[in-house]
Amino acid sequence: MSFFSAPIEKMDLQDAQKLMERSMHEITNSFQKVPGSAMLIRYIQSSYQDDPVRSAIELILVIFFVRYLLSPSYATHSNNFVTLSEEEIDDLVDEWTPEPLVAPQTPFEEADAERLPVIVGPTGPKTKLSNGRTVTNLASYNFYNFVGNEQVKEKAIQTLRTYGVGPCGPPQFYGTQDVHMKTEADIASCLGTEGCIVYAQAFSTISSVIPAFCKRGDVIVADRAVNYAIRKGLQICRSTIRYYEHNDMEDLERVLQKVVKEQAKKPLTRRFIVTEGLSETVGDGVNLPKLVELKLRYKFRLMLDETWSFGVLGRTGRGLTEAQNVDASQVDMLIGSLAGPLCAGGGFCAGTNDIVEHQRITAASYTYSAALPAMLATTASETLNMLQSNPEVLVQCRENIKTMRAQLDPRSDWVHCTSALENPVMLLVLKADVINSRRLSIGEQERVLQECVDETLANGVLITRLKSMPVAPGANGKDEQWKLQPALKICITTGLSKKEIEKAGITIRHAITKVLTRKTSSKLALPAGS
Amino acid sequence: MPQRIPRNPFASSTTTTVTTPSDKPAPRRPSTSKGNRLAQFFTTSPKGKEQQSAQAALLSAVQAQQQYLLNNPSPHISAPSLSLPTISLSTAKAGEANMDEPPTTLFQPPSVAEANKQARIDAQFGPLGAQSHRYVSKHMGGELAEPIIDEPPYYYLLTTYISYLVLIVFGHVRDFFGKRFKPDHYRHLKDANGYAALNSDFDNFYVRRLKLRIDDCFARPITGVPGRYITLIDRKTSDFNRNYQFTGTYTETLNMSSYNYLGFAQSEGPCADAVEETIKKYGISAVSPRADCGTTDLALEVEDKIAKFVGKPSAMVFSMGFATNASSFPALVSKGSLIISDELNHASIRVGARLSGAMITSFKHNDMADLEKTLREAISQGQPRTHRPWKKILLVVEGLYSMEGTMCDLPGILKLKKRYKFHLFVDEAHSIGALGPRGRGVCDYFGIDPAEIDILMGTLTKSFGANGGYVAADKHIIDKLRATNAATIYGESPTPPVLMQILSALKIINGDIVPGQGEERLQRITFNSRYLRLGLKRLGFIVYGHDDSPIIPIVLYNPAKMPAFSHEMLRRKISVVIVGYPATPLVSSRARFCVSAAHNKDDMDRVLAACDEIGNVLQLKFSTGVAGGAEHLPDGVTPEMEKEWQKANGLQGIVTPPRWTLREVIANGVADVKQPLR
Repeated sequence: MSFFSAPIEKMDLQDAQKLMERSMHEITNSFQKVPGSAMLIRYIQSSYQDDPVRSAIELILVIFFVRYLLSPSYATHSNNFVTLSEEEIDDLVDEWTPEPLVAPQTPFEEADAERLPVIVGPTGPKTKLSNGRTVTNLASYNFYNFVGNEQVKEKAIQTLRTYGVGPCGPPQFYGTQDVHMKTEADIASCLGTEGCIVYAQAFSTISSVIPAFCKRGDVIVADRAVNYAIRKGLQICRSTIRYYEHNDMEDLERVLQKVVKEQAKKPLTRRFIVTEGLSETVGDGVNLPKLVELKLRYKFRLMLDETWSFGVLGRTGRGLTEAQNVDASQVDMLIGSLAGPLCAGGGFCAGTNDIVEHQRITAASYTYSAALPAMLATTASETLNMLQSNPEVLVQCRENIKTMRAQLDPRSDWVHCTSALENPVMLLVLKADVINSRRLSIGEQERVLQECVDETLANGVLITRLKSMPVAPGANGKDEQWKLQPALKICITTGLSKKEIEKAGITIRHAITKVLTRKTSSKLALPAGS
Repeated sequence: MPQRIPRNPFASSTTTTVTTPSDKPAPRRPSTSKGNRLAQFFTTSPKGKEQQSAQAALLSAVQAQQQYLLNNPSPHISAPSLSLPTISLSTAKAGEANMDEPPTTLFQPPSVAEANKQARIDAQFGPLGAQSHRYVSKHMGGELAEPIIDEPPYYYLLTTYISYLVLIVFGHVRDFFGKRFKPDHYRHLKDANGYAALNSDFDNFYVRRLKLRIDDCFARPITGVPGRYITLIDRKTSDFNRNYQFTGTYTETLNMSSYNYLGFAQSEGPCADAVEETIKKYGISAVSPRADCGTTDLALEVEDKIAKFVGKPSAMVFSMGFATNASSFPALVSKGSLIISDELNHASIRVGARLSGAMITSFKHNDMADLEKTLREAISQGQPRTHRPWKKILLVVEGLYSMEGTMCDLPGILKLKKRYKFHLFVDEAHSIGALGPRGRGVCDYFGIDPAEIDILMGTLTKSFGANGGYVAADKHIIDKLRATNAATIYGESPTPPVLMQILSALKIINGDIVPGQGEERLQRITFNSRYLRLGLKRLGFIVYGHDDSPIIPIVLYNPAKMPAFSHEMLRRKISVVIVGYPATPLVSSRARFCVSAAHNKDDMDRVLAACDEIGNVLQLKFSTGVAGGAEHLPDGVTPEMEKEWQKANGLQGIVTPPRWTLREVIANGVADVKQPLR
């Protein structure tokens, strides 16, 4: 820097000054061209003359405002953030030992996995297991034996030869095939609703329908014994959830009144009642006319999960609405399965067009999942049509249910059936006095019933039991008090004659008696701990 | 199966075939009724063939035939059940004496039924033009370079924002008057009879004022197989997309939209035959959850095959890909655990993560520095408020991102995994089958031992043409998951026909049945992907994603260009997916091409020609050249010397926007995709 001579420096300074003046001039000029600038200048000048403090405060306000605008809208670190040096972080990283990804299997789970029946070849009323034995299958939802139906197979092969297997894309991106539209129309016309939307999996249907409609601040009143899929839906939506006692309409009314009263002063929110047509966990049916009456009186919308009643109840299998003579349009969202009795795959939600179209863009498992394979859609249409045109098969199924029931419910000293009379999924729970006298915990009941399943299978009849699944702790809408009661699950099929059903019923009854009168079972043969 | 020559010698264009720019980019056929559809297949030839003289056709036929016989013959993909017309050459084998038999017998016209059948098969899976149209999908070593994101001139960004502003202002103006003069249309948004509105007015604004305008580009109904071609059911609207009426006609389009990566969407061929047998034997459904009695021998075999395929000791299958994710996370992590998720992860991962009850945090897409920062903070700070250490940290990434076309930086993640001890979950929904020399996903692509990844999840919907998903991991993990996964306990099991489709597709990929075909499929999809990507870059489009990825998004920016692009493509009988806000950031709305092994080079040329035209009309060629598509280096200059050469010639830092002509793109494409793309 030393070689800079003074005149140059001076000239530089002069130049800089000139430049400064020039640019200031330009800025002032251009500023004055902005409309309203004169007013602003006058305002600032006058306020400065009158009150410089005010100008200063206003300037601070402006700076604060800009800073506020630019800062992130949420706190990036809570006050709880501990500032650590890089070395400290390195140490903490070295120290940290994560838990293994999964816990080891419990002995009960291990035993369960070992006993899992593996079917070789087709499933049906008589099924061959991997141990080489052929057993009577009362564990599949094959109520009408559509699995072995040649007409259905023929239709599926035709579809295969026209559409291939997978649709290779989500419904919104060229995954909607004409067969899907036809299945939707078939279900809608069968139920008598305006529209219908078909999902790719029954289990994911209601878990997606609930969060598509229920948002934060909405209220859901749900049956206490709802199935796991509904629980998942309740968990993922951010609504307030209230429970009522299982299928207790008086308790429902009490809860509804309470909700209405609580919400009276607040802005109107969406309110829903969520329940099942035939309960998955208990097996009994709901009083739909009463439910509709309550929903109308208290201005709630009704989400009815007909997973276990669609294709089962009613003269032609249209479900609870047909069985109890309620117009399906009275049910706002009617959810059902095509995978159970219809022997296809996927689920559906029927309702008005508004409700259906809303789901096409907001229901996660519809929008973000591939569409249903075409052959499953046509199979659903086909079997639905077969139920409509041939309702005798439902009558036959009910006969078989009656036959089985006769062998079990009044006759067995140990169990009773909680399912509705027309429900082909018969749930057998241990009688209250048995549980009380032996002081059986839930886990112990599960083990006893698993022994019954094993004993029945040893005698050539395949049945299963109701599986329980804990909801994650701290989840939205967790109901701490409610516990699923363990039960045996027997699924009736028309693929068996009355005699065969009778025989199977006797086998099951004897097996239960044998297990419960066995000395060891009073305090459990299986290793403890669960 | 007898060896056969490609049936359509016209279709087997060699590398020398160059289209003249004056050619129509694609035959524009009018929509025809269903009865006529089969006849269309005869004209679904690549452009320019009409101009070919008979002699040229003969020449190319001979060339194709010779090339076919000289190369390792790949069995032509078709139904073995077909009986074929007797062509004298059909029994020819490499090395046999009848090589010089005049090829005139090729023109013996096949019977109409035969030709129809072959055309139908070709419409599902195109014949391979030449053996040179193959490329092995494999990482070339070194760090995975982040794809350079090119940006358009500010003019386009500005007009995009203005467009959205105009749309929103118009929407509000229309709402203002609509609510007063047409209250019926707004009934579902209003409280009525004591019921709150089902949709919130605010949430619904985007749907009714923005999406509805371009709604005809979404959910186009289709019929038939979504293979190489896809048949759209034509529809029209008289009330601005509120309702559609079917016109009764069908349009067959080139399918650039389905996730049919390996081309297994077929209604003919070994897969379909095996599925048919399975339906006859097993019926349609397993009618029970896996945990009850839905476990069949078939399901166990498929699980075993999948585990072997992905290189894990054990696997389990599910009937839906979405549910696979949604139910797996709750079984893996819970309260007290942390899920670190890439910001662009799929919705199913988000649903599953939320259901699990674990804390969720995200990091910038594929940004390893940001991931490391997040990890360091998470481990050092521990759980919020209590500062207890996390029980476990699960990092969730996707192998291939469906909207960006980028691959996860697996080598980078594994480096961090050694240091930070987190568990790694890789969702291979799009990458399984589509990447890697053996089609086994990102691990295969990068040459990484799958044992280094804790959980490999994938879908069976895409590459395998079936449905459902799988999770593969160590045996003890899968055993535990079987007991704790809700979809296994309550969800329906995969149906036997779907399982068989998976099984036979896996067998073909592995080469257990129809040897050579699996390899061909894998190499065709990579060639097609690279060819189309390079071509689009050279034409001047801004293309996102990594070079070998079969998902090729081109960025459109202005919202109005989305429907325009879709319609223009449809006019040229190509179906594409357009994606805009909210699935993408507001500015970068895009069109997405999904390349398949069922396509051949001619199909790619057809797409390039269409894009070239549309790109000019819609002003879509904005690339600056930083992201590739550059001119060839002069002779004698190797890529290693490029820097020095630029320095010597004073070209340093100068990037010329690539604006190749279609003719140049097609002429150089096949040779250049074999080199590293530039």
